[in-house]
Amino acid sequence: MEAADTHRAIEAVWKIESARLIAGLARIVRDVGLAEDLAQEALVAALEKWPDSGVPDSPGAWLMTAGKRRAIDHLRRRKLVERKHEELGREVGVRQEGMPEAASLHESDIGDDLLSLIFTACHPVLPSDARVALTLRLLGGLTTSEIARAFLAPEPTIAQRLVRAKRALTKARVPSEVPRGPELAARLSPVLEVIYLIFNEGYAATTGDDWMRPALCDDALRLGRILAGLMPHEAEAHGLVALMEIQASRLKARVGPGGDPVLLFEQNRALWDQLLIRRGLAALERAEALGSLTGPYALQAAIAACHARARAPGETDWPRIVVLYDELTLRAPSPVVELNRAVAVSRSSGPAEGLALVDRLAAEPAMRDYHLLPSVRGDLLARLGRLDEARAELERAASLTRNSRERALLLERAAACARGSAPTR
Amino acid sequence: MRFMIIVMSSKDSEQEAKPDEKLVAEMATFHEELAKAGALLDASGLQPSSKGWRVRYSGTKRAFVDGPFAESKELIAGYTLIQAKSREEAMEWSRRFPNPAVDGKEAEIEVRPLFGPEDFGPSLGFTPEAIARFGKIGIGNR
Repeated sequence: MEAADTHRAIEAVWKIESARLIAGLARIVRDVGLAEDLAQEALVAALEKWPDSGVPDSPGAWLMTAGKRRAIDHLRRRKLVERKHEELGREVGVRQEGMPEAASLHESDIGDDLLSLIFTACHPVLPSDARVALTLRLLGGLTTSEIARAFLAPEPTIAQRLVRAKRALTKARVPSEVPRGPELAARLSPVLEVIYLIFNEGYAATTGDDWMRPALCDDALRLGRILAGLMPHEAEAHGLVALMEIQASRLKARVGPGGDPVLLFEQNRALWDQLLIRRGLAALERAEALGSLTGPYALQAAIAACHARARAPGETDWPRIVVLYDELTLRAPSPVVELNRAVAVSRSSGPAEGLALVDRLAAEPAMRDYHLLPSVRGDLLARLGRLDEARAELERAASLTRNSRERALLLERAAACARGSAPTR
Repeated sequence: MRFMIIVMSSKDSEQEAKPDEKLVAEMATFHEELAKAGALLDASGLQPSSKGWRVRYSGTKRAFVDGPFAESKELIAGYTLIQAKSREEAMEWSRRFPNPAVDGKEAEIEVRPLFGPEDFGPSLGFTPEAIARFGKIGIGNR
């Protein structure tokens, strides 16, 4: 193998192994930042060794052993050796003999280590943007520059954010452990939120001209699948995976040839990725099997599944969607959910009923600058034949959105109203 | 990017020889690892060619030929479909694929990237019209 090939191979190993490596080291040194440094040192060692020796049969175990040696050296230097050494020495000893078997013996430990790393990266002491960056870095194996590119931020900003986050975790002495009992539910929710935030960042950029950065969707999907595998009894972990798989199934259908957004009802359903839909429906079944359909992610997934099952817009089971939105407004009330419920009601019972609900929402302060409210209102007015009012609402929606492609689409629909033809939706 | 790891047939897989417990366990472990890394999309084994058939073309004539087929190394025994960030990552996963042969005999797997939207185009001899027609039924979009 050429040196350049070996380097790329090592990079690939790193992407696959880095999360587990950092997680295992974090358990030993009890500091995520330090664990990451040690993992990087192990990577440097691999970059020095492997071009000559070739990639070892169990590269993950090799890196773990190299990292642990450095961890022990570090602890020794820090004079923590009295407490830790015996225990660690034993463990490294075991893993050095017959590596693959030894590594798989510790499979459940590795799972626990990974989980505790996820919970640490998404810890409530950190601000939301730091949780996202740290999760992508530590669990997703992304480099600082990859995170910066994905979030359209300068690299030094992301680097700073990561440094601060790791420092904050050290300072707060966040223990590396998997929360249990009643604490688990409270701590799981920010984890799911971070993964879904990453997904949504990829699904639709909130600013600028780039409608999608789908690589982040893949990263989030992977993280979600990993989490659901580690917490197979958590209905919401499966619910989140189901939601993301089904939404990702529409990635290709959401953008027209010119890069314009295509709305759900105008999408060519033949472009929906049936493999991802099947995976999403299976994940939803797992969530439902774990209890009644009550979590917000599972409920949203169930709604997405109604669309996924319909081969044409006309076959959509709107009454079921309204029922699911009723449940969702109880479990996770928000004006945005109410607005979506109003759309479902308009499809199930007619535009007038939907409009009554939207009008009630218009008074909400949170909705004042939310472009989707006038956008939905405009569509309902158009369906009722009130084209002048519809045009005004769509123009207002266009002035509120930050996405330029979406703005163009809204103005186009407003222009259709002005010409006297209701835009189809 | 999606890659298909294709397991080529062997005499054993063609004769429905049962893989030993060790191989089944290795396969399970490998696929569990893929799933744990969020990289597994789909996998399945194919029944031996004795259960299948071919259609042989000559001009407008078609002839059915029942299996089994002799050249077992050119037959497919199963596949694993994975999602990888790069060709190198897919190579690393394929390197970890267990030897699929019974008793560790010689065997071969083949890995092929699926066409992505960037590959499916005029360079393959497809006109924009043809691309649009295939696109409408969801082919060539991944």
